[in-house]
Amino acid sequence: MRPERAVILVTGGSRGIGAATAQALAADGWAVALTYRTNSDAAAQVVSLIEAEGGAAAALMLDVTDPDSADAVLEQASKALDGPVLGLINNAGVRADDLAVSLDDDAWDSVLETNLTGAFRLTRSALRGMIRARYGRVVNIASVVGPRANAGQANYAAAKAGLIGFTKTAAVEVARRGVTINAVAPGFVRTDMTDGVLDDAVLAAIPARRAGEPQEVAACVSFLASDAAAYVTGSTLFVDGGMSA
Amino acid sequence: MTTETNEKVQKVVFDALESFGVESAGISLEASLESLDIDSLDMAELSQIADEEFGVALKSDDVKSIKTVGDAIDLIAGRI
Ligand SMILES: NC(=O)c1ccc[n+]([C@@H]2O[C@H](COP(=O)([O-])OP(=O)(O)OC[C@H]3O[C@@H](n4cnc5c(N)ncnc54)[C@H](OP(=O)(O)O)[C@@H]3O)[C@@H](O)[C@H]2O)c1
Repeated sequence: MRPERAVILVTGGSRGIGAATAQALAADGWAVALTYRTNSDAAAQVVSLIEAEGGAAAALMLDVTDPDSADAVLEQASKALDGPVLGLINNAGVRADDLAVSLDDDAWDSVLETNLTGAFRLTRSALRGMIRARYGRVVNIASVVGPRANAGQANYAAAKAGLIGFTKTAAVEVARRGVTINAVAPGFVRTDMTDGVLDDAVLAAIPARRAGEPQEVAACVSFLASDAAAYVTGSTLFVDGGMSA
Repeated sequence: MTTETNEKVQKVVFDALESFGVESAGISLEASLESLDIDSLDMAELSQIADEEFGVALKSDDVKSIKTVGDAIDLIAGRI
């Protein structure tokens, strides 16, 4: 059972999938620390929405590419919401698309640093407290891209496939301490990240013939973070309108 | 290293082993970690406990040199 006052950290909670996830988790009874990189107003607005529903939330600044930030943000989250951080949603992500043949080092590094290394560092720090508490929930937001090809996103695919590989191995290492680590792999979801991408040709290639909504991804995260999912670990839940089937 | 320090470390290490699921009856200074089914995750957690309780950081080479419960206590107590 989830301990009283458990705090969950949602990275990139200011917008899109992260914002919807923060709201869903707050409704589930988690105290939610949501992070933003630049968008403090948007993050504050998500906090207000959660508080208006009777939930507990705090907004914290975090750049997941800063190697020293992981321990610090976990401590801030715990202080701000007065409880142990027993949940972590690695959602912060960016894309910088180009064909592999012309992809430059900066585009490669920034996507790997944000989507993969950032998630690793936060997970490493958060696991310490979770292992000691014999309870923890980590959900990594991966993508159908990675398990599947998508021309123009070799860096993003490498990061997300890496995140799924990391999820599986880290999950088996800590499974006997009551800590689960899973991934959610969205298909095309209507957020800023897909602004201008969701044209008719893209939608026609999705079996469901529509893009997903952030709330539909949030519902999957909410399940994996719940007590009901205690026996689910190392898995990847696809929420993609059938794209990967 | 005082006897008092040693006793404190012994209590913390014994409690940690119990929290890893080892039967208290089987825990002694001479018992090998292998015989107690202590694995690498348990040792990682023990290192964390040593750091939290005594400010002692154990590196992976240190951990590899520990064979018995007594070795772990001596190593931690020797660094306080
Ligand atoms: N949308 C999709 O179709 C889709 C599909 C598959 C997977 N995903 C994955 O889902 C996750 C969320 O995507 P989204 O569509 O919601 O994206 P989004 O609307 O672009 O939001 C991205 C979030 O990540 C934060 N962020 C970016 N770089 C960061 C950094 N270095 N440190 C900390 N936070 C950072 C942003 O903070 P600021 O607001 O402060 O900039 C923002 O909150 C990502 O991991 C993405 O790869 C999305």
